[in-house]
Amino acid sequence: MSTTSAVNVSAKRGIWYGGNEPLKASYGKLMMWFFLLSDAFTFSGLLVAYGFIRFSAPAYEGAVHDFAASIEHWPIPEMVFNAVPFLHGVHLPLVFVGIMTFILILSSVTMVLAVEAGHRMDRKAVEKWMLWTIIGGLTFLGCQAWEWTHFIVGTDDGLTLANGVKIFGANLHINEYGPAAFADLFFFITGFHGFHVLSGIVINFIIFYNVVVGTYERRGHYEMVEKVGLYWHFVDLVWVFVFTFFYLI
Amino acid sequence: MATADIHVPGAAAHHEEHHEHEHSQSFVSKYIFSTDHKMIAKQFLITGIFWALIGGFLSILFRLQLGFPDMDLEWLRPLLGGWITPQGKLDPEFYLALVTMHGTIMVFFVLTAGLSGTFSNFLIPLQIGARDMASGFMNMLSYWLFFLSGIIMFISLFLSTGPAGGGWTIYPPLSALPQAISGSGAGMTLWLVAMVFFIASSLLGSINYIATVINMRTKGMSFTRLPLTIWAFFLTAVIGVLSFPVLFAAALLLVFDRSFGTSFYLSEIYIGGEALPNVGGSPVLFQHLFWFLGHPEVYIVLLPALGITSEVVATNSRKPIFGYRAMIGSMMGITVLSFVVWAHHMFVSGMNPFLGSIFMFLTLIIAVPSAVKVFNYLTTLWRGNIVFTPAMLFSIGLVSFFISGGITGIFLGNSALDIQLHDTYFVVAHFHLVMGSASFFGMMAGIYHWFPKMFGRMMDAKLGYLHFWLTFVGVYLVFFPMHYIGIAGFPRRYYSWTNFDAFSDFLDLNTFVSVAAIVTFGSQLIFLFNFFYSMFRGRRTVANPWRSNTLEWTTPIEPGHGNWPGEIPTVYRWPYDYSKPGAKEDFIAQDVPFSHTPESNLDIENEMMEWEKEEGVIAVNESK
Repeated sequence: MSTTSAVNVSAKRGIWYGGNEPLKASYGKLMMWFFLLSDAFTFSGLLVAYGFIRFSAPAYEGAVHDFAASIEHWPIPEMVFNAVPFLHGVHLPLVFVGIMTFILILSSVTMVLAVEAGHRMDRKAVEKWMLWTIIGGLTFLGCQAWEWTHFIVGTDDGLTLANGVKIFGANLHINEYGPAAFADLFFFITGFHGFHVLSGIVINFIIFYNVVVGTYERRGHYEMVEKVGLYWHFVDLVWVFVFTFFYLI
Repeated sequence: MATADIHVPGAAAHHEEHHEHEHSQSFVSKYIFSTDHKMIAKQFLITGIFWALIGGFLSILFRLQLGFPDMDLEWLRPLLGGWITPQGKLDPEFYLALVTMHGTIMVFFVLTAGLSGTFSNFLIPLQIGARDMASGFMNMLSYWLFFLSGIIMFISLFLSTGPAGGGWTIYPPLSALPQAISGSGAGMTLWLVAMVFFIASSLLGSINYIATVINMRTKGMSFTRLPLTIWAFFLTAVIGVLSFPVLFAAALLLVFDRSFGTSFYLSEIYIGGEALPNVGGSPVLFQHLFWFLGHPEVYIVLLPALGITSEVVATNSRKPIFGYRAMIGSMMGITVLSFVVWAHHMFVSGMNPFLGSIFMFLTLIIAVPSAVKVFNYLTTLWRGNIVFTPAMLFSIGLVSFFISGGITGIFLGNSALDIQLHDTYFVVAHFHLVMGSASFFGMMAGIYHWFPKMFGRMMDAKLGYLHFWLTFVGVYLVFFPMHYIGIAGFPRRYYSWTNFDAFSDFLDLNTFVSVAAIVTFGSQLIFLFNFFYSMFRGRRTVANPWRSNTLEWTTPIEPGHGNWPGEIPTVYRWPYDYSKPGAKEDFIAQDVPFSHTPESNLDIENEMMEWEKEEGVIAVNESK
């Protein structure tokens, strides 16, 4: 067997002829992509369920400013999600969730910067941007915790049912804002997304730790940062859809 | 034919290294927590066989009830305990649990994990020329999650309230309300937990298969040189990655409905005259989500079997597979179509008839790629030098079931007919032939064909023939009469029908089916004996017992971890050069360069010799 020739596969054969990585992506990155594709279908299934239930529920017919919550019709999101911390009683539709979304998108930007710093093998910069990403994720989760708490505790006035019982806030059984399914879906889908954010933060932290102790510097590349970056951007992208479905439509 | 002198030089730069650690492996790391794809494949296979026996045995139990409704089953009390009523009959709710678990076990544990898990794991690295799967650790995790899922499902069989009983499709509200049947209690909870682990296992396996096929092919192994087995496993994995997550979503919502009081699938239900608080949900939503997995699942089960058949039929007909690219195209067509036909399972769910006709149209289109595959098998067989190995017989059996079960699929795809035939034994007959038996035969073909590669020994052919004929005839005797019973209107999942005069006439036919089922199940013992006996005492095999072209036969008879002791062979041709005019032998392995076979090359292949020269292949003159 000769070992003189450096040619492995004829250039004429092209990249799909085996013995290489045709998409110029390591198997780990491919796996992440296919996992995300799979996860996208999970979220699609949930959002389809949301659409299915929502459009079979009666819609609110009147003018927006006359809106009053009732378990008889689906609420208008901006009349439900209108609270902001420290501004009790002020009607600020979708302001808080807008801030949350902005924070999450910002954490995607810092993740891009971390990946870019990894390409330059700049360990200090990767550390810095990973840390900002983790902080962004934690802030988002904190905001979501407040949002949930507010949703669970409810408004000052609550909702008076036909039998005179007053209910405050929402849980999986009762819901002062609208049909029970509205709260069920809200808790389930934003919760499922929040769980993704949480696992993203945990993974990001593990990667951050590895960066700090120099694992990737010794390995010679920061591909792991890229892989968790893919996951983080995906979680961010999913939030855009969740946001659209729950808050805008 | 010398194959030692055709390795391409310069492979030191190849991206995987061969880890020489066979010698230091302990029992645990070799046989239990193994990361070797071949051992994991065998683990999947043995577990699959275990589950097949359980699943088959459960079917015998309910066939006893169906075939011999007056039989005294007191003798089963030592085994079934309280599930035999004081009158010596099978408990009606346990009957429902039996059909549910039979379906679940056969569809998921045997024909998904047992079939795909075994052969994707075993064959992908061997046939594409890779040392192992992309991630051996994830592969191991995939098996052990499946194992855990199996343990949970197995435990559910022994609950005092019985295992899940709402049918393998677990439609709510039946499956969502523990008050509905006893099987919707803890049994259903365990079912859902088991399926969550199963889905995780399937996902880990599938993304591993996909990444391996894309990235780990050896030099020269382009996608159009992949054996059809690999194409089938690849597309199966793609289907799995895209459809199982939707079942995951559906199952999670169901978990919430069952355990946390939500109403995703529940609305306006009265139990015992009392209204449940749940409003706003829709049980039809579950059906949509379920069948978005459920229909692709049919092809997850079937495609690997078809891929195995392609390989076995071509090898044993000593002919190239007819229409290689048409086979790939039709598998791709099936893959895409499998995602857009799910609602043909729901024609009677109150769906808009216009929507029904769209799904009917899309469903019937699947007949086209399926027919392409069938005709390609038949034309491959046509005038071939057929070698009737047991694997070949099982493959031909698969083609037979695929035709006879596929034709009734065209009936059922028509909504007008389906409304009459829905949930009758006609449907049972249809999918047991086309999906159950066909896939089972594909699995058997795979086992008989690759047993020598797995264990270095041959299975006994005579016992194989006996096993084939008993099973083949048995399957038709079981499922053919069911068509008549179904057309007569006999509904599936009914514990007893003797209260209805109209159905009493079919008792003798049902008795016949039950006897045939017992004989067929019994004849699997021949296989079991053959399998385990041959594993230890079988005749030792030669390197390439079926004179096949694909790469797995270029490995040592019992390949170690890493598969090839030296370099991984380079691939120069497609895998179906059987009986090539002018060739010295009736097969040319994939790792033989064209420059070694000038006597049989086509014009275009002579041109490829130029490329081979660039790659450093030393041409061999004809007198070598």
